[in-house]
Amino acid sequence: MLAIYKRELSSFYKGMFGYIVAGFMLIFAGIYCSAYNLSAGYPAFEYVLSAITFLYMLIVPILTMRSFAEERRQHTDQLLYSLPISMSKVVWGKYLAMLTVLAVPIVIISFYPLILTRFGTVNLIGAYSGLVGYFLLGAALIALGMFVSSLTENQAVAAGLSFICTLLVFMMSTLTSYLPASAMGSYVTLTIFVLLAGLLTWLITKNSTIGIGVAVILEIALSVCFVLWRSAFIGLAGTILQQLSLFDRLGSFLNGMFDLTGVVYDLSFAAVFVFLTVQSLEKRRWS
Amino acid sequence: MIEVSHLTKRYGDHTAVADLSFTVADGQIYGFLGPNGAGKSTTMNMITGCIAATEGQITIDGHDIFEDAAEAKKQIGYLPEIPPLYPDMTPREYLQFVAQAKQVARSDIDAQVAHAISVTQIADVQNRLIKHLSKGYKQRVGIAQALLGNPKIIILDEPTVGLDPLQIIEIRDLIRDLGKAHTVILSSHILSEIQAVCDNILIISKGKLVACDTTENLQELFAGNRTLSLTVKATAEEVHQILDGLEGVAELRCTPLENGLAEVQVVEQAEQDLAEPVFNAFADFRRPILRMNEVHANLEDVFIELIDENQRAAVPEEAVPAAPEAAQAEPEEEVQRDAGNL
Repeated sequence: MLAIYKRELSSFYKGMFGYIVAGFMLIFAGIYCSAYNLSAGYPAFEYVLSAITFLYMLIVPILTMRSFAEERRQHTDQLLYSLPISMSKVVWGKYLAMLTVLAVPIVIISFYPLILTRFGTVNLIGAYSGLVGYFLLGAALIALGMFVSSLTENQAVAAGLSFICTLLVFMMSTLTSYLPASAMGSYVTLTIFVLLAGLLTWLITKNSTIGIGVAVILEIALSVCFVLWRSAFIGLAGTILQQLSLFDRLGSFLNGMFDLTGVVYDLSFAAVFVFLTVQSLEKRRWS
Repeated sequence: MIEVSHLTKRYGDHTAVADLSFTVADGQIYGFLGPNGAGKSTTMNMITGCIAATEGQITIDGHDIFEDAAEAKKQIGYLPEIPPLYPDMTPREYLQFVAQAKQVARSDIDAQVAHAISVTQIADVQNRLIKHLSKGYKQRVGIAQALLGNPKIIILDEPTVGLDPLQIIEIRDLIRDLGKAHTVILSSHILSEIQAVCDNILIISKGKLVACDTTENLQELFAGNRTLSLTVKATAEEVHQILDGLEGVAELRCTPLENGLAEVQVVEQAEQDLAEPVFNAFADFRRPILRMNEVHANLEDVFIELIDENQRAAVPEEAVPAAPEAAQAEPEEEVQRDAGNL
């Protein structure tokens, strides 16, 4: 795992992607920091973090698009498959390397609140819990991007897909407010998600029977629940999505709360997608 | 030792490899021969654990490639058809990375990398970026990578494809050297190559094993009898007069040439060596032999025959003209014998 980690990390800094990520982040953090904290004199660094969350829509595709798509294109994945180490170690090595590339600018940014204390009182707890939340959000999104990259051998496709995914996650809380709140509306929305889950299973397993099976089973379960507890479905889809929104979780970090459920949620989100990446790669041995 | 039993790989409805069983003994060079699309790469990918078999079992020194993957894979060095190189690394960095990933002991890494570099003769380019290397050097780096971790078995998938003739000869010499310390399996669709380096040959066609034997046995099995080819200074009648009484001649063909020369083919009966009697017969009549050599039946004939049989068995109505490979193979290999310099 260490070998994969080191190779991956050095390849980020041999090329320009490591510097692009760090550069983007530092430039925008710098702009917002001077605007909010230095010019306007707000004592809260959280505003800066909140303002630069949109950066993940650029950074995550840049960081993750190559991870597995490129290995496949240049046929180095065969080396990885023939190594006497498990695929999950390969995936973790790559994932941790990407987290490190993300952590570099965040560590630099973490000095900003300290610098700001020279000019006045800064809410350090808010600033640092915000930074932790910000990093965890990135960790979750990178796992998602890595998974997307493992599905294709074209890094442009991988970048496009993970941009769309990140965008959807980013806009999730806004989108949920447009969802119909009625029980029937929730049922329809959840049905769409069931179909998406089926489609995703199909994409990963490349087996239409399993994909359709998953969709049918989930849909039956959903319909049974709908018939039995119809009243519980009022506003359910919106609530679920609200709960699942990664960016909403960041909100409580930015309000100075070290939200343990948020930490757990981000980490499980990341773990699920790391797991799915391993499965998608293992799957390729069998197809 | 590799044991493959009832190996089958299906992609949907298409069967790439069908019920393949064979054993690879230690310390020899095996050639894996077959036309393009015969299932060579698929089989090699399964032996190295890169892809999973639909059915069947592969054990490397008793370790199952899936149940006990880590142990089994440590015994194997693999060069896939396209060398798995990272273009943004130098060969030295790359080899160090592979050695670490193969879990070579830290103290051993430098020695093994140095050894792999010297065996494959890439010391000159070890600090250049891989993307700037020629195809031949890339192939060598790929082979060097397979040597790391000191595996007992080295598997090379079409190691000479796309190289120029000089590079091909160099790589062949390298493979022969590797054969002294490792079991080597190499695949190719080029006959002369397999003939030149391998002790044993596995011929595969349409996913089925059609022959598995030593190189000499295969040649003998399908070659029929040996033939002497001569150019003599005599007329056709004289040739018949001289050779008709000779024992052990199965067939005699004579084509008169210009300047009173004749081209003679003497097919020997089994277990006969006619070189000396033929020489003496001509000497008795004071007719000079200008050239004499023995023509061994070529593996190419064996190959085409086997593949042809298999294809006819599979699709009887489709008379497929066998093996475009013939075009790439070297011309008939003629084994020069000491034929009495006249």
